[in-house]
Amino acid sequence: MTDLFERSGAALPSALVELRDAVVVRGARPVLTIDHLAIDDGATLALVGPNGAGKSTLLLVLASLIRVGRGALSFRGMPVGRDTELAYRRHIGLVLPDPLLLDTSVYANVAAGLRFRGVLSADARPRVAEWLERLGVAHLRDRPARQISSGEAQRVSLARALVLEPDLLLLDEPFASVDAATRARLLDDLEALLRETHVACVIVTHDLDEAVRLGDRMAVMVGGRIRQVDTPERVLAAPFDEDVAAFVGAETRMPGRVVSSEEGVAVVDVGGSQVEAVSTLPPGRAVLCCLRPEDVTLWSVGSPAVPTKIVSSARNQLTGHISRMVAQGSLVRVSIDCGTTLVASITRTSATDMGLVEGTAVLATFKASAVHLIPRAG
Amino acid sequence: MIGSLVDGVQQLLAGLGGADLVEITLLSLGVSGIATAISLLIGLPLGTWLALSRFRSRGLVLSVVNTGMALPPVVVGLFVAFLLWRSGPLGDLGLIYSPSAMVIAEVVIATPVILGLTVAALGQLDPRLRLQLMGLGASRWQTVWWLWREARLPLLAALMAGFGSVISEVGAAMMVGGNILHQTRVLTTAIVVEVGRGEFEKAVGLGIVLLTLAFVVNGILTWAQQRGPGRQDASR
Repeated sequence: MTDLFERSGAALPSALVELRDAVVVRGARPVLTIDHLAIDDGATLALVGPNGAGKSTLLLVLASLIRVGRGALSFRGMPVGRDTELAYRRHIGLVLPDPLLLDTSVYANVAAGLRFRGVLSADARPRVAEWLERLGVAHLRDRPARQISSGEAQRVSLARALVLEPDLLLLDEPFASVDAATRARLLDDLEALLRETHVACVIVTHDLDEAVRLGDRMAVMVGGRIRQVDTPERVLAAPFDEDVAAFVGAETRMPGRVVSSEEGVAVVDVGGSQVEAVSTLPPGRAVLCCLRPEDVTLWSVGSPAVPTKIVSSARNQLTGHISRMVAQGSLVRVSIDCGTTLVASITRTSATDMGLVEGTAVLATFKASAVHLIPRAG
Repeated sequence: MIGSLVDGVQQLLAGLGGADLVEITLLSLGVSGIATAISLLIGLPLGTWLALSRFRSRGLVLSVVNTGMALPPVVVGLFVAFLLWRSGPLGDLGLIYSPSAMVIAEVVIATPVILGLTVAALGQLDPRLRLQLMGLGASRWQTVWWLWREARLPLLAALMAGFGSVISEVGAAMMVGGNILHQTRVLTTAIVVEVGRGEFEKAVGLGIVLLTLAFVVNGILTWAQQRGPGRQDASR
């Protein structure tokens, strides 16, 4: 088979894979609507979003396993259609949330993609051996794939995709089926592999930490659409809208209105309290003040220990009563009722030291730079 | 072991026309084997297509197939006899009361069985396995081949059920074959004849041969089923 997508000497388009005007409809409901998405060569794009956001559907579209209109998907500037989709798929590697190993040996599983491509077994053998070794499953080589643990199976599934030396690696929640410890190890290994091989990669995950660690860029999907694509740092610091803010962990979202704005600092009226934010939005604008819980510091009210200097540098101070406390591992999520609801996250130790319980009066302080304003209608 | 068993049964029936018995047995095996093979050639691809495609009237087609699995052989015999009757639509072919007519009737009986069980066998597979195979660069044929391989146990069960449905069948074989000695008499129809004559010993002997045949063929298929790659250690 001639390969239509072989690298040519001509100037290559900057994006490896591009998707334009793609719509996937289930029943009468559009489950995916993508105006434009470009995947750069050598970079990792993390696809995040809540359940049902269309992440997996988008990944299958990128794998050309769900057909969208002719010309919607292109690889190195060439359209991927019915006649070229097999050739295109032989440039990608796909890993799904479950390992989906074939009922044969581990070796034959990893060799399967090479066999599909007509690679002679003598040529395949060293490549398979290499990738079994790199993913730490060489000792399982001759074991029936049905008899290995799920963590091992996921490593085999990754090896099966990586042995193809794909131009684009598509990973759909590759660690969904393994326990936390295995997940952490696999994540380390995958991070190292992506850095070493410079393979372009799209990884679907609902875990923000994974996305931040692996992604050069992060795309947040909500309701079948990509709401924001940017570096993970920028998405976290400046979510585009309320849904994105909610997904990336800005748990405090207070509606208010800008009352004044000067020198890059806007003062927002939030239910009678004043909140300062680093923003250039003009006075009169209705906004949502977004704040991450880890950016809020709590002080017990009336305690003599509140150092006035720190408080004044934090610019924003709101007092209120604790309405709810929820333990999360070594952290405690504290909801404070101060006209509006503010969420703070503190360590369990400091919560105990400060004697915080539900009903305690507290002072919450946060920097103006920690507040991100999202303009809203009205 | 199997050889000595066959010898024993042959000796048992030696006085009752051993040569005829071998002929009848071979015809039974031949007609059923050929019919099963043809049914497999029709049922496997069609069943695979039905299992893997989604179209508007798929549910309707599936219920027709499932009804076909329960087709009464006598009705099939009647239908095929009508078609092949000398004055019937296909009477010019001169196939009535021939082994070919019996093969045709048995194909009609076994095809829905193999077809329906093929759909069920492939339907049991994780639907994402197909996406995974294609995502690894498998062509359409490579995908189908590996799906068959993954479903080989239930597919062999489908083959066994198809063979079982025709080797044991008597109504259609009688009607379209005519139970003519040296031409279309098979084990099942011979048993009917012997019972009709009151020759119970002969009938029992034939019955043993039929059972042995079914046992041996299914034994071979079961052995093939259990022996598949990746299964050796599964039985520990």
